[in-house]
Amino acid sequence: MNILELTAVELGRKIKKREIGVMEATEAALAQIKALEKELNCYVTVDEEGARRQAAKVQDKIDSGMLTGPLAGVPMAVKDNICLAGLPTTCSSQILKNFVPSYTAEAVKNLIQAGAVILGKTNMDEFAMGSTTETSAFGETKNPWNPAHVPGGSSGGSCAAVASGECFYALGSDTGGSIRQPSSFCGVTGIKPTYGTVSRYGLVAYGSSLDQIGPVARNVADCAAILEVIASYDKKDSTSIRREDCDFTSALAEDVRGMRIGIPRDYLGEGLDEEVKTAVLAAAKELADKGAIVEEFDLSLVEYAIPAYYVIASAEASSNLSRFDGVKYGYRSQSYEGLHSMYKKSRSEGFGAEVKRRIMLGSFVLSSGYYDAYYLKALRTKALIKQAFDKAFAQYDVILGPAAPSTAPRLGESLKDPLKMYLGDIYTIAVNLAGLPAMSVPCGRDSKGLPIGLQLIGDCFKEKSIIRAGYAYESGRRYGLPELARKTAEQEVR
Amino acid sequence: MANVISDETMEYVAILAKLELSPEEKEAAKRDMGRMLDYIDKLNELDTEGVEPMSHVFPVNNVFREDVVANGDDRENILRNAPKQKDGAFQVPKTVE
Amino acid sequence: MGKQYEMVIGLEVHVELATKTKIFCGCSTEFGGAPNTHTCPVCTGMPGSLPVLNKQVVEYALAVGLATNCSINQYCKFDRKNYFYPDNPQNYQISQLYLPICHDGWVEIETAAGKKKIGIHEIHMEEDAGKLVHDEWADCSLVDYNRSGVPLIEIVSEPDMRSADEVIAYLEKLRLIIQYLGASDCKLQEGSMRADVNLSVRETGAMEFGIRTEMKNLNSFKAIARAIEGERARQIELLEDGKKVIQETRRWDDNKESSHAMRSKEDAKDYRYFPDPDLVPIKISDEWIARVREQQPELQTEKLCRYQTEYHLPRYDAEILTSSKHLADVFEAAVKLSQQPKEVSNWLMTDTMRLLKERGQEPEDITFDPVNLANLIGLVDKKIINRTVAREVFEQIFENNVDPVQYVEEKGLKVVSDEGALRGAIAEILAKNPQSVADYKAGKQKAMGFVVGQTMRAMKGKADPAVVNELVKTLLENA
Repeated sequence: MNILELTAVELGRKIKKREIGVMEATEAALAQIKALEKELNCYVTVDEEGARRQAAKVQDKIDSGMLTGPLAGVPMAVKDNICLAGLPTTCSSQILKNFVPSYTAEAVKNLIQAGAVILGKTNMDEFAMGSTTETSAFGETKNPWNPAHVPGGSSGGSCAAVASGECFYALGSDTGGSIRQPSSFCGVTGIKPTYGTVSRYGLVAYGSSLDQIGPVARNVADCAAILEVIASYDKKDSTSIRREDCDFTSALAEDVRGMRIGIPRDYLGEGLDEEVKTAVLAAAKELADKGAIVEEFDLSLVEYAIPAYYVIASAEASSNLSRFDGVKYGYRSQSYEGLHSMYKKSRSEGFGAEVKRRIMLGSFVLSSGYYDAYYLKALRTKALIKQAFDKAFAQYDVILGPAAPSTAPRLGESLKDPLKMYLGDIYTIAVNLAGLPAMSVPCGRDSKGLPIGLQLIGDCFKEKSIIRAGYAYESGRRYGLPELARKTAEQEVR
Repeated sequence: MANVISDETMEYVAILAKLELSPEEKEAAKRDMGRMLDYIDKLNELDTEGVEPMSHVFPVNNVFREDVVANGDDRENILRNAPKQKDGAFQVPKTVE
Repeated sequence: MGKQYEMVIGLEVHVELATKTKIFCGCSTEFGGAPNTHTCPVCTGMPGSLPVLNKQVVEYALAVGLATNCSINQYCKFDRKNYFYPDNPQNYQISQLYLPICHDGWVEIETAAGKKKIGIHEIHMEEDAGKLVHDEWADCSLVDYNRSGVPLIEIVSEPDMRSADEVIAYLEKLRLIIQYLGASDCKLQEGSMRADVNLSVRETGAMEFGIRTEMKNLNSFKAIARAIEGERARQIELLEDGKKVIQETRRWDDNKESSHAMRSKEDAKDYRYFPDPDLVPIKISDEWIARVREQQPELQTEKLCRYQTEYHLPRYDAEILTSSKHLADVFEAAVKLSQQPKEVSNWLMTDTMRLLKERGQEPEDITFDPVNLANLIGLVDKKIINRTVAREVFEQIFENNVDPVQYVEEKGLKVVSDEGALRGAIAEILAKNPQSVADYKAGKQKAMGFVVGQTMRAMKGKADPAVVNELVKTLLENA
């Protein structure tokens, strides 16, 4: 087997057993990056030197017994809206092109402490606004299963990098599906944790009440191990939640007997691709065969999640992104006359079309006379959606459905019609509004060979339920590298 | 399209958002926002009478910090990314006439 | 001139709280310091940074609210106020609109017109902005975020004031309450207390309010009084001319004694407030309120009474001593050490006030240690020095905080109580001034004063005047 086909936990184990050196793994990933980046463009910044330096340091610590965790020495990548001191954090935007933070996100700190080797920062939709990674100011990322298709978004760079062996795992962020949908499109596993589980300190905010950092990896076991590391109570994040149940790997038991799984009928209706539906129902059947009690139910309110989301997320974004003004950091226009002209020119030149669209929508819905009709209405809708999930979780341990209505669309198809693109988030968005944990697990491929993702949604703080269901479904399945990535992956595991 | 965004509204929003739009961008923005609002108006189908607006999903309260100085002088790092700086301060176009 | 007008005034008072750190980060709130040396990613609005509320801010806001008879919103929240300006690093200010911490309170003021209650509409917590310095040479402005994130409370009054006198009395009242609570030093000049004046005029007796303006940039009580007069005159003139007052924000220029409208087409004044998703709500329990109430220090009005009953000071003296928290603290500390309230009061009311006035200072600027004043009183009491010397020593205490015991020792200022030495000195003076002796014998009492003065001079002021008087009298009579 090729080294790049190992899962993060497998690699960690081999590093610990001295079967593979940290530098060896790092070089393998860097070589893969070199071979594929031209075609895939997963990264905004690759930090070869930093990665090698870190690899040497981590190896020393492993040798001296200071680092013993399952992820020690495993090379990984960080989405470019998550700060790492000393490397640019661009959010794939012109406006932050040259921004180098002096601080590191809490989640990344936790990973570094666990021995992560950071290869670089991954491409994304600008400020995480988009579902295809095409709104990046630094070029779109392509889907490793078929480069004519998008990888999904906004964590498209992270998911494509994991899928293609350009790293062993990655961090993404999920505001309305930005981990789960690209995970589904790229055939990898990703978890959006319960809101407050992973600190948002150092994550450049899009929709603060919805944003969560989460893992993207080859399988459920990896995701559980990564989540266990990055989940922490952080006193720098007021919305961080003190949890005592973050031993997520303890849920890696292939046992779903008696687990109650509900499939919302609302998730199987109009708009869902037949092939996706078939694959998802087949996965449900497999879980039922393993002893889960699977049934369909009416979740209700599903069609209201997207409009509520776009009001709330855009409103928060319009405020969160007002700090990008050319005063303290980031892009300042070259020609302006006076303060307000500097603001307007810097922002107009620095932000892309999708970001501007959401900032304007957000400014409008908060403006005088509209606040009640739009913003408060959306917050009330959010309360009702949360109630609907509460009701569902009184019946079921896990809600199962597709992660996206279709497989990855072709490049350039989605941006033509923003509203249509927004509708693609129909199955993921409600989860963010309700603060729930959810995961996308690969469940086959369509006739074009593009991956399909199964979404498992848990009640608040019940990551373990979805990890257990996901792990049971996965049951030893391996997802090899896509053809294009296999060709360039050279090194066989000794 | 039920929501028609006027030029005045678009200009007002641009002032709030501090964005400058070309005539083409403005037309596109008017159209996009109108469509989006039409879609958002779907929320009006829902009866939310008596429902408390939910800002935070979890009822977490009283997260405080003790009043103890934790930060020292970090000016070098704070100014590092400034597009323009002078005398240890961020330089901006004159704010008074 | 037919119509009579009255003013309707409400104030928005911003007070910087006396916390050690900023409201949402661990940076120091210390005043001054080189630009941007008290900053961090949070108070400069760096991407990915998050605010965490300083608990002491809530404590102080609660204390002020309770001391001003407010009701407390036991569930309160922070909102974002969105507007672009370079002193505001996030381009939104974290403030409270929908659920401010305190509401519906009042304070009682007293002016020549008598006592009156001024209503407090609300008190909310918010963050201060940074400072802009305008560089005339380079034609640019420079932003310093040291003040960015310093905690403020904004106290919004009801439109209950009708004169500049009432406004000043209200501000003095607030200042005393807040200083006594230790919640702020409330210095207008340094900007730790700032007032915006909302003013309208109407015909006396009218029920409706006129259209109001908001006046900003008022840095002293005098400026406030002048600005109120100026704005009253401006509005009345407009109305008399049949014009309308425009609702607007005006900036007062105290040098020119005039104001101008602050207007810009780039500012829509639409702040798009919404609850800050980065901060969680504050729940204030009954126990918390009870504890703050319990810990409330003695306020000025209470001290005023106590000084009169406990120390038997005249009301006037007690008023002056309690007019500043710092002065009252110095007084009480010195009284505790010396057990002589009357004496301490005298030193503070006379010499201290005179010295402050000479230097153009406020009672807040007193720097000496009360223990030195107490010891000085002890020296006088034990007749180790006389009053004349004591006043000299006090100047040294006031100026340099010297230890009076050591100072008197070093400078040899002790009273000469050796009667022999005094007798000798007096005899010498009488011998040199036979005319004085003759004058005295002829019944001119003034002559005795001259001899006493000469003796004190000869003793370099270090004699006990009572003893000298006695001796001079005896010696003159026996001469």
